[in-house]
Amino acid sequence: MFLINCPYCGERDQSEFSAGGEAHIVRPKQPTELSDDQWAEFLFMRKNIKGVQFERWNHAHGCRKWFNMVRDTSNDKIHAVYKMGEKPPTK
Amino acid sequence: MTKNLRATNSKFIDQTSRISFKFDGKKLYGFKGDTLASALLANDIHLVGRSFKYHRPRGIMACGSEEPNAIVQVGNDASMTEPNTRATEIELYEGLEASSQNCWPSVNFDVGAVNNFFSPLIPAAFYYKTFMWPANFWKLYEYFIRKSAGLGKSPTEPDKDIYDHRYLHCDVLVVGGGISGIIAAKIAAKNNLNTVLIDDKNILGGTTLYQENECFKINNSYSNEWLKKEIETLKSLENLTIKTRTSLAAYHSYNYLLARENLTDHLDINEKKDKIRQRLWKIRAKKVIIATGAMERPLVFNNNDRPGIMLSSSIKKYIDYYGVKCGQRISLFTNNDTAYETAISLNNSGVIVNSVVDIRDKTNSLIVKQAEKLGIKIHWKSSVVNTNGYKKINSIEVMKLSDDGTTVIEKKIKEECDCLGISGGWTPRVHLFTQSGGKLKFRDEDNVFLPDKSGLDQISIGSCNGDFELDQVIKNSVSSTNKFLKVNNNDYENLEIITSKEIDKKNIWLLPSDKPLGKTKPFLDFQNDSTANDIKLALREGFKSIEHVKRYTTTGMATDQGKLSNMHSLGIIAETAGVKMGELGTTTFRPPYTPLTFGAIVGRNVGEFFDITRRTPIHDWHVENKAEFENVGQWKRAWYYPIDNENMHEAVQRESKAARDSAGILDASTLGKIDIQGSDASEFLNRVYTNAWSKLEIGKCRYGLMLNEDGMVYDDGVTTRLSENHYLMTTTTGGAANVLSKLEDYLQTEWPELDVYLTSVTDHYGTISVCGPNSKKILSKVIPDLDLSDKEFPHMSFKNALIDNIKCRVMRISFTGEHSYEINIQSSYAKSVWEKCYQAGKEFNITPYGTETMHLLRAEKGFIIAGQDTDGTMTPVDLQMDWIISKKKYDFIGKRSLYRSDTIREDRKQLVGLLTDDPKEVLEEGAQIVAETNNQPIKMLGHVTSSYFSPNLNKSIALAIVKNGKKMKGQKLFVPMENKTINVTITDTVFLDKENKRLNA
Repeated sequence: MFLINCPYCGERDQSEFSAGGEAHIVRPKQPTELSDDQWAEFLFMRKNIKGVQFERWNHAHGCRKWFNMVRDTSNDKIHAVYKMGEKPPTK
Repeated sequence: MTKNLRATNSKFIDQTSRISFKFDGKKLYGFKGDTLASALLANDIHLVGRSFKYHRPRGIMACGSEEPNAIVQVGNDASMTEPNTRATEIELYEGLEASSQNCWPSVNFDVGAVNNFFSPLIPAAFYYKTFMWPANFWKLYEYFIRKSAGLGKSPTEPDKDIYDHRYLHCDVLVVGGGISGIIAAKIAAKNNLNTVLIDDKNILGGTTLYQENECFKINNSYSNEWLKKEIETLKSLENLTIKTRTSLAAYHSYNYLLARENLTDHLDINEKKDKIRQRLWKIRAKKVIIATGAMERPLVFNNNDRPGIMLSSSIKKYIDYYGVKCGQRISLFTNNDTAYETAISLNNSGVIVNSVVDIRDKTNSLIVKQAEKLGIKIHWKSSVVNTNGYKKINSIEVMKLSDDGTTVIEKKIKEECDCLGISGGWTPRVHLFTQSGGKLKFRDEDNVFLPDKSGLDQISIGSCNGDFELDQVIKNSVSSTNKFLKVNNNDYENLEIITSKEIDKKNIWLLPSDKPLGKTKPFLDFQNDSTANDIKLALREGFKSIEHVKRYTTTGMATDQGKLSNMHSLGIIAETAGVKMGELGTTTFRPPYTPLTFGAIVGRNVGEFFDITRRTPIHDWHVENKAEFENVGQWKRAWYYPIDNENMHEAVQRESKAARDSAGILDASTLGKIDIQGSDASEFLNRVYTNAWSKLEIGKCRYGLMLNEDGMVYDDGVTTRLSENHYLMTTTTGGAANVLSKLEDYLQTEWPELDVYLTSVTDHYGTISVCGPNSKKILSKVIPDLDLSDKEFPHMSFKNALIDNIKCRVMRISFTGEHSYEINIQSSYAKSVWEKCYQAGKEFNITPYGTETMHLLRAEKGFIIAGQDTDGTMTPVDLQMDWIISKKKYDFIGKRSLYRSDTIREDRKQLVGLLTDDPKEVLEEGAQIVAETNNQPIKMLGHVTSSYFSPNLNKSIALAIVKNGKKMKGQKLFVPMENKTINVTITDTVFLDKENKRLNA
């Protein structure tokens, strides 16, 4: 059970959060101009990597804010959390 | 018959307070401080169970959680009886009743033992291999296998005990109260760290607590005396909480741990009442120190499973701690120095030690020399090749080992004994470390897996970290703890420690016998009856992975989870397959470390507290009026209101007719309600719904369909424009939370530029829906000031109103197709307004109706229920709702997906109406639909999603999804059932009032 440092509330138990999949996949501004393949790329394709991954999390049973997290999926180590719209940490 | 096997020297057993208990119906006596196992042994009872497969007699083998054999059923009450508990962990109390398991009619005479004679016919995976064919015989096999499977009996009535959950936060958690744990806890607490020390036993001290031997001294005292003083100082430390009888069950990531504290299990039967039995602690520790010690390994040799064969260190604990002699003529068999400590303890208590059989060449450690000085006979470089005695060991056969250790040589010596202590070395308890994600390394010199890398803030100290000698344990525990906690404690500097050091090590995983392997029974897993032969068979049959061999032979899958058997099975696999043990790895240690009761897992969340229950503000009225309820998500919704013994069908037919003929009233409070405000609210709705919202006038309502980005229908509901920048959205009952979360997601992550605020107001308002031709008359009585004319208050519009000076919102919207109003009012007033409407409607026979009638009425009109008629694969086009998709809007959630190659396919499954040829025949929801019934396999075209008998049309109606259904209107299809085939015709989805005349009636 993770201990997650919500950027708005501080450290809380994982049971208060829900995971929202890979981060930094921007919804296309003009979907109608995309081919089926391009749209499918946005809609379906996710990396699901073993290692350091950028993810979206929601403090569902707390402030209800979405934020981003850098987590190593191989050992569940959380390297960073940052607010939506902020630049991801480079290292 | 019973001999007195009590020594008088125990300092831990109160021999003045006698306790009576029953085992297998026989009344016996023990003392305060005994475990069930020690009390049984004191009564000369070794035989306590039968093994799982061959039903061989099995005796007490250990003294702690690793016990594989002494698995008993405690209590005989239908609600309180507990199966599969370890006699070695049950503290004796007045009134305890326990019995053996897996034997019939009794442990002494067990019919199933016939399996033992057939054992050559029951090899590894016998069940897998035998009961595979013929396939249709499985039903028969299953009955008998299930009957013979399982050990204890489950209680048949609800558990009356109380269980509890609590949270605990600390700086340092020390797991294990042996010598290392005590040192670590003292260092931590003395350095102002909030420290918790837990141990599964009733007192601290571990094995050092009863180690009183010349070979182990600290500052000129016996090690146990030194430790006792340490424990005393521990108790005075302010920052330290000590929890005994508390067993660590699971160690998860981020130092989140679960521990079970036994609060009443040791109390007398009449003291247990009304007290919390067990408490599950949910611990979040900043740092964790694991000091769980090590457990002794058995030795694997022919017939090593007879009652009376025990771990040598357990025999030592029984004599030194409980004052119980496990026998009167004891032999010992070892590959290391541990057994000599036992021999010396037994000798000091006046028990005859026949001899120590040691597989090593003569060695000269301090402890061995002491044993020799006491005149204890030692067979060097020898092995036990067989044991005799059916229900209790009576002799062993010893032979010399060859130089390479693979065979036995010279003359066989027979030695009579009534107990054999075995020691195969020590296995560090690394279970918790690996549970937490830590990786192990292998130490070749003494064949142990040790903690290596961990991503968490934790260390392992003492023998669970591979330190087995007293001076090493103390020195390393102190230095590791100091370094780990970044403190500099010097309490333990300059200690003078005397300890016997093991000089020679030798290990043979599978000891040779004078008989060929196939004729011997060297057991690995004592409870599941798997032998070294089974492992070798599995390897011959091609199994390579340790995880596969484990499952194929069931080695390590008994209730002790392989605590005793794992290392030997790994060793034998590695040896046979010719690989290094370190490369082979281990099987996975999963939580819990020892079994948890279901009671401890659920705690207080039982009965009505098992899940959250949501009740509408009008709930009490429904109860008073005898409604039957159904669960919709967490909500309790009125399902139907039976009158005079009506069944559900009769009640629903009456309610449905009344709602269309005159008036009905429905509690719609459970519908999700989201308050939407902000200057971009209209634009926001444009983006989340498929239809256009910018032009919706203030005071008007509109039905909306919400899609997922993949184009599939997600939720639906009516949204009302309350003012320029203020909307009230309704969602389905079950979808409310998910819709809010999805909308928040888009607002926060994709469209942060929009000025929109969302608030859930589901619980804030009660919603009363009054429908039917007389609904207008009823409403005009309830709210006389409101102009209800079609011109002022048309269908799909909203008005603010006052009922007795209480503000409410009235919507003229309809889910039944009838002229209908919905009153939304602050929850606390909802019940009184409901009663007001009910009173006002009495002259029109207003009929309360539940969810079943609601579903029937909307089906007559062909209105969908998201989640019933849709299943996450239906687009609005599939639902024949093309009209709701705006052609003008540039974008909305899911729009692009509506013309992907797959979604524009014409032969997708589509929503249609179905009429049965026999109007009385009601289809079953979920029934399959086919076009022809002759050629098998029959092609499934779709299934029935909603089906009712309509009292208003006097015929059966149904909605279904059918492949290419849109183009099949009028076509005849079939619904095959178990005993008959029902003929149906595809129709339009709207069965009643296609022109919507009733809405404005």
